[in-house]
Amino acid sequence: HLATSLPLPSEMDHLRPRIDLIAFMIDIKSKYSLKNVEASLAHVDAGFFLGKVCFLVTGVGRVNYCSVEMNAIWKLGEVYCSPVLFCELELEGIRVATAQRLLRMLQICAGHIPGVSALSFGSLMRNSADE
Amino acid sequence: AAGLVPAMESADGAARTLLSIGRLSRGPPFGRAHSRFGISPSGRLLPPAPRSQENADPQRTAFLLRKQWTLYSVSPLYKFSNARLRVYARLLSAFIAAEKQKGLAVEVGVELDIKVAVSSLPDLKGSDQDQAAILVQLSSRSPASPKNSEEKLIWSGWFCCVSGDDLSENVPEDFTCLPLFLANGAESYTSIVGSWFQKTFDCSFCRLAISPLNLSWMAAMWTGCKVDKTASAMELVFSVPCLPQPLDISYAIHPEDAKALWDTVQKTPGEITQQEVDVFMDCLYSHFHRHFKIHLSATKLVKVSTAIASAHCDGIVKFLQSQYLPGVLMLLTELAISQIQ
Repeated sequence: HLATSLPLPSEMDHLRPRIDLIAFMIDIKSKYSLKNVEASLAHVDAGFFLGKVCFLVTGVGRVNYCSVEMNAIWKLGEVYCSPVLFCELELEGIRVATAQRLLRMLQICAGHIPGVSALSFGSLMRNSADE
Repeated sequence: AAGLVPAMESADGAARTLLSIGRLSRGPPFGRAHSRFGISPSGRLLPPAPRSQENADPQRTAFLLRKQWTLYSVSPLYKFSNARLRVYARLLSAFIAAEKQKGLAVEVGVELDIKVAVSSLPDLKGSDQDQAAILVQLSSRSPASPKNSEEKLIWSGWFCCVSGDDLSENVPEDFTCLPLFLANGAESYTSIVGSWFQKTFDCSFCRLAISPLNLSWMAAMWTGCKVDKTASAMELVFSVPCLPQPLDISYAIHPEDAKALWDTVQKTPGEITQQEVDVFMDCLYSHFHRHFKIHLSATKLVKVSTAIASAHCDGIVKFLQSQYLPGVLMLLTELAISQIQ
């Protein structure tokens, strides 16, 4: 399900399936997208932050188009205890790999992978990022 | 997850960007320690107040003002010597003549006699460790005109390093650090002079683009500078993405208003923080949004013009006030160094 911001319209609540993973997309070329994500985070139930949220930063292929300060993004990941992923949508290879990665994360969050919970996977991701 | 190491060449060639992702599954590898990837420092020291002109003669650097300079970053030069500038001028002159012979004609039609001058600009440095700036000038005189007729300056380029201690401290002997190169004149001459330097001193030139993030730093830093005469308006130009027809938005702010705003935002003495720059820009953006319902933060900042200097994201600058020249060069040197590293 794609949305430009949260909260989702309440009229569709009864038709919507259970949400297992929320990926917040931040375009590094647009400061506005960061502000939008920050505002939407306020509408997310605290339970999601136990491994069911991640930040996906796009547009990273072009360093010289950067409008968002990286420290702000790292801080977001730290404050919300969620992993930060990077990708460049314009390159097909990275796009496909990122999609595969998100799918894998989704399978874990939906409980389809026995032995791995969303929470344990989330802390694994965070620990590897700190190295 | 698959591993990918792509190199993405930006379509306009203005800057080479390299994205190296080890293995996506390990999480973001560009560490916070690196200064690559648009990570700007969380704070920058304010450049020292402009020196009173006891040593520096403003006339000597006046010719650098009000000209459009294209920026390049240059890796350290091997075995460059300040004492051999005349020799270099002769060698470069011979090289240019040879290139013309080869048919890489720079001017169609008129046969121009090109004279090369290489000199040093000792006033343009920040710390004592910096190399003095080196100026290269190409002038021409048509052989048909009389011997004493004036030579016309057709191209200038200068290398400089202002407070480039980060780089010069870490470089082995025999290397000279002049990371910032500025060129004015025909691109064909820039390319010839550049190739000669690259061949002779084993260095490499790369166009220096300026990200919107760094442009907003410039907007904030330069707004804070005190200007004596009536300053020109501060202008920001934004390019709107994803439209069938390209659209540019120009936002002009009265210089006194801009300075008043910056003065209320900037609190840390002697230093500017990323947060202060963000607040300054956010105020400007929300003011614009209130009037026009357009989110400038979703567009790309491409040009900043203030009373002391102007800068374009393609790496083109203009200096307007000689007293603030070292401060501006210090920031540009820093950008050049982060592109080299």
